[in-house]
Amino acid sequence: MEEKRASKQCGGVLPFFIGVLASLIIGWWVFPQVLYSQKAQPFNFSHKVHVDGEGMDCESCHTYAEDGSFNGLPSNAVCADCHSEDVLGDTKDEEIFVTEYLQKDKEVPWLVYQYQPDNVYFSHKAHEGFECTDCHPDLGNSDTLPAYYENRISGYSKQTMKMWQCERCHAEVGTSNACYICHK
Amino acid sequence: MHNHIDFETRYVMCVDIDKCTGCGACMVSCQAENNIAPMEDGSNKLKTLTWMLVYELNNGKNFPDREVAYLPRPCMQCENPACVPVCPVVATAKDEEGGIVSQIYPRCIGCRYCMAACPYHARYFGWFDPKWPEGMDKTLSPMTSTRPRGVVEKCNFCHTRLMNARQRARQEGVDPLKMPEDWYQPACVESCPSGAITFGDINNPEHKVHELAHSKYAFRLLEKLGMDPQVYYISRREWVRKQADHHTAEEKH
Repeated sequence: MEEKRASKQCGGVLPFFIGVLASLIIGWWVFPQVLYSQKAQPFNFSHKVHVDGEGMDCESCHTYAEDGSFNGLPSNAVCADCHSEDVLGDTKDEEIFVTEYLQKDKEVPWLVYQYQPDNVYFSHKAHEGFECTDCHPDLGNSDTLPAYYENRISGYSKQTMKMWQCERCHAEVGTSNACYICHK
Repeated sequence: MHNHIDFETRYVMCVDIDKCTGCGACMVSCQAENNIAPMEDGSNKLKTLTWMLVYELNNGKNFPDREVAYLPRPCMQCENPACVPVCPVVATAKDEEGGIVSQIYPRCIGCRYCMAACPYHARYFGWFDPKWPEGMDKTLSPMTSTRPRGVVEKCNFCHTRLMNARQRARQEGVDPLKMPEDWYQPACVESCPSGAITFGDINNPEHKVHELAHSKYAFRLLEKLGMDPQVYYISRREWVRKQADHHTAEEKH
């Protein structure tokens, strides 16, 4: 009986509270830090310089192919339409692009925030009526590229669109939510 | 029982058994299109995966009266599928325009009720992890996601081709529900050297299957079960048509 009382003195609200707090910190802060590895883009690309400065829009570089499929990121050839052999601006990043990639004929290994898993079929063409920023982060007005978070277990990007987001929008606009609308 | 949806488009396959030579090109192109890994022991028919399988039929007579026929069997995409209501996790459904029965691998728990329910044996269980020999993984097709072991898979009429065709329709300003026939053809149809397989939307009078399916030589497998398959067969030989269903000796039909 004596021993039981002794253990009761160690208990109480405070250790319980500390335990909850520790679990919350681990669950909300430590685990996400451990789960995602942070990666930087090969060099910084300023969308703002191109959009505000040069008056380009998303479709100037992110185009469709003839069959309606999305070309995604522009290739070196598209960039080279303006950035030929010479460096136009005075940023270090542009110099890196021209000397390290363009002149060496190497495509830039951009990290794509929005790549979907293998079992997802997504058609940009079917969603053409929406603004790009309805789904994508508003990089057009940004001078820097955000860090890329890669899930260490699945290898997918943290910033990619989640299934519940697709489903919610489909429900709101009255499009079918059948599995085969998006899955393959 | 019949909770079927009236789809505006209903994709249907018509196989002319009299034209099929049993070459197996449909099976090969299916495996390539749908990323089915080479099997360790292809002769073990209990554990191999063949979304499209060619069966050999014969009329039961001896030479010189013996005749054979070949029957390619994809998933029948039934109007009243037996596999769908038994799935405990809704990994399979018939709810999308076109009437193709879906199968969602990440959702499947591998209980295999659907396999037990399907009278056509069109569903397969992945017993082994798919392994591609070095270098062959580069031939993987982007059209179908790969599956791990432990889930059920089946033919889906090369569904991604339908999605791509719809995308093209949007690009060219065509109604995705009224596409020309040749915009969407599954891999097996495309590869059949004798042109035995016809594919299209049965609700569209401009598609060949619209007429073919109503030919007097057209039939479906196990029609008595009332599952209303979306795969039709055509044969001018009576003994072939007879084998499509169970008949007792005394029965008049």
